[in-house]
Amino acid sequence: MITLESVKKNYSAEVTIGPIDLTIPVGGVTALVGPNGAGKSTLLTMVGRLLGMDEGGVEIAGYDVATTNSKDLAKIVSILRQENHFVTRLTVRQLVGFGRFPHSKGRLTTVDEAMISRAIDFLGLEELEGRYLDELSGGQRQRAYVAMVLAQDTEYLLLDEPLNNLDMQHSVQMMRHLRRAATELGRTVVIVLHDINFAGHYADRICAMKGGSVVEYGTPEEIMTDEVLTRVFDTPVEVVDGPRGRLAVYY
Amino acid sequence: MSDPVESEPVETAADGGESRGTATRTTPPLPAIDPGDLPASPATTAAAADRHAGPLPNARARRRYRLIVAGLAVLALVLAFANLAWDNPMPIDTQGFWIIAEMRSTSLIIMVIVGFCQATATVAFQTVANNRIITPSIMGFESLYAVVQTAAVFFIGAAGVTAVQGVPQFLGQVALMVLFSALLYGWLLTGRYGNMQVMLLVGIILGGGLGAMSTFMQRMLTPSEFDILTARLIGSIANADASYLWISIPLVVAAGGALWLSARRLNVLALGRQTAINLGVNHRRQSILVLLLVSVLMAVSTALVGPMMFLGFLVAMISYQLADTHDHRYVFPMAWLLGFVTLAGAYFVLKNIFYAQGAVGIIIEIIGGSFFLGYLLRKGRL
Repeated sequence: MITLESVKKNYSAEVTIGPIDLTIPVGGVTALVGPNGAGKSTLLTMVGRLLGMDEGGVEIAGYDVATTNSKDLAKIVSILRQENHFVTRLTVRQLVGFGRFPHSKGRLTTVDEAMISRAIDFLGLEELEGRYLDELSGGQRQRAYVAMVLAQDTEYLLLDEPLNNLDMQHSVQMMRHLRRAATELGRTVVIVLHDINFAGHYADRICAMKGGSVVEYGTPEEIMTDEVLTRVFDTPVEVVDGPRGRLAVYY
Repeated sequence: MSDPVESEPVETAADGGESRGTATRTTPPLPAIDPGDLPASPATTAAAADRHAGPLPNARARRRYRLIVAGLAVLALVLAFANLAWDNPMPIDTQGFWIIAEMRSTSLIIMVIVGFCQATATVAFQTVANNRIITPSIMGFESLYAVVQTAAVFFIGAAGVTAVQGVPQFLGQVALMVLFSALLYGWLLTGRYGNMQVMLLVGIILGGGLGAMSTFMQRMLTPSEFDILTARLIGSIANADASYLWISIPLVVAAGGALWLSARRLNVLALGRQTAINLGVNHRRQSILVLLLVSVLMAVSTALVGPMMFLGFLVAMISYQLADTHDHRYVFPMAWLLGFVTLAGAYFVLKNIFYAQGAVGIIIEIIGGSFFLGYLLRKGRL
C-alpha cells in the first residue's frame, strides 16, 4: 500500500503541489491523469524519492520514503522516468541486468541471470537482447526500460508516461504488458497517462489531478463520465459507449 | 485483436485490484517460462545457456578485449625497456648498464603514476558528470597550480621556483588543490539547489579566473624569471622529484584503489541521477565521494609533473572505444595502460628525437588536441 499524507511541494509562492492525501492499495494498475501542470509527474517522483517533498510524508508498504535507506527501498519500489538517456553504450540485456543491482550489487548470479531472462522474455525482447539501445526503435527501447524495472523485482512499479512517443500499436502493447505485470506477477503499478481512454480501459483505479491536488479518485466507471472529465480537463468531454467499454470524446 | 490479454482488464477491473494483487504476489515473483509456451525462439532455446548480461556481450568481444590489453601490455613493456636502454652508453650485459637504467627508472615510475592518476580520474569524473567532453583538469586544478607557481616567482623572484619545491611544499600544493575542490563540491553539490551542471560551470569560471590571475602576474615578470617559470608550467616528467614518490604512491594507491573498488557503483552512476537513485545508489553522496577521490589523483599528478591538459581526455576517449563496454572494471585497466603507453611514447620521442628533456605535455597536447577535433568531426557526437 502506498500512503501519502499531506504531501506538499513548493515551487514558488504561486506554484505549489498539494497538500495531497492519497492511499493506493496493493495490486492492480492505478492511473494518474490530469491536464498539463497538474502535478502528476511531481507526485510520482516524490513517491519514488527522486524529488524531495517540502512537507508531509510518503509510506510504501510501511516504509517511510524519506527515512528508509535508498538501497532497501530499491527492492520495494522502482521508478521509471520518461526521458532516459545514457552516455554509456549498453545492450538490452546489460540494461535489464542493472535492474538486479539492488539485489546483487553488480555481481550477477545464475538466479539474477534467470530473472533477467524472464523479464526480457516477458516483454518479448528475447530476439533483441544482444542489440545496443541506440540500435532500437523508440518503442523497443521503452520496453527495454520497463524490462529493467521488472527485473528489479519490486512489488511497486512507478512509471512516468511510458506511452510518450509511442505509436498506437506500441502504446497498446505496452499497456498490455503492464496489465499483465499487475495481473500475472501481482505487481502494483502506478502510471502517469495522458490519454484518458487508455486509463479508462487498462486501469483499475484512476486518480485525477488538477492544479496540484487530487480532485477525483475512483474506479474507471466512476471517473469516465461527462461531468467528471469535463471538470478535470476544463474542456467539454462526452463519454460514449464504445465496442470495448466507455470512450471519452473530446474533439 | 482477439488477444486473450486484451479482454482481461475489462473483467478484472470490475472485481477490484486489491485482492487479486495480494493473492498472486505470494507466488514466485516472475513466472517460470515454460519453453513450450513460447513461440520457438532461437534466442531462448539454442542460446539459453549462453544468456548472460556480462560486460562484454559475446565471445568475440571478450577475445577482442583480451587481445587489445595484451597488445598494450607488450607495447608498454617495450616502451619501458626502450626508455631504459636507448642511448645507454654501456653494453647491456654489464653492471654499468643496470646502474644507468636504475637512474632512469624514476621517470618510468612517475609515468606509471601520472598515467594512472590521469586515466582513472578522468574516466571516473566523466562518469559522475555524465558527460564525456569535460575533464577534471578544467575544474581549476591546473589553474590553481599555475597560480601557486607564478605567485612564487612573482613575489620571491627566480628563487621562488625552488621555494615551491620540496616535500612539504609538494604536500601543501596537493592539500590546497584537494581543499579547493572539496569546497567547490561541498558548496555546490550539497545545497538545496545542488546541481552538477552549475558546479561544472562554476569550476570552469573559477579556473578561468585563476588562469587570468597568473597571466596578469606573468606579464610583470622579467624575461628571465618568465623563462624559468614557463618550464614549470608545461607538464614535464622532468619536473618530478624522486623524493615526492614515497608520499605520492600511498596517496594514489588509496584514492585510485577506492575508485577501482567502487567500479560497479560507478557503472550505475553512469546511468544518471534518476536511474542511479532508482537502483538504490545514494547519488549525491557517491558523486561527492568520487569527485573528492578524483581531486586527490589530479592534485598528486599536477603537483608532480604540472598540467597535463589533454592526457586524461585523450586516454579516456580512446579507452572507451577500445574497451567498448560500460563496465569500469574493464575501462580502468585499459585507460591506465593507454595512459602509460602515451606518456612513455611521448617521452621517448621527445627525449631521443627532439632532445626536449621530457616535456611530454607539449606533444600530448598537440596529439590530444588534433585527436579531439578529428574525433568530434568524424563521429559528430560524444
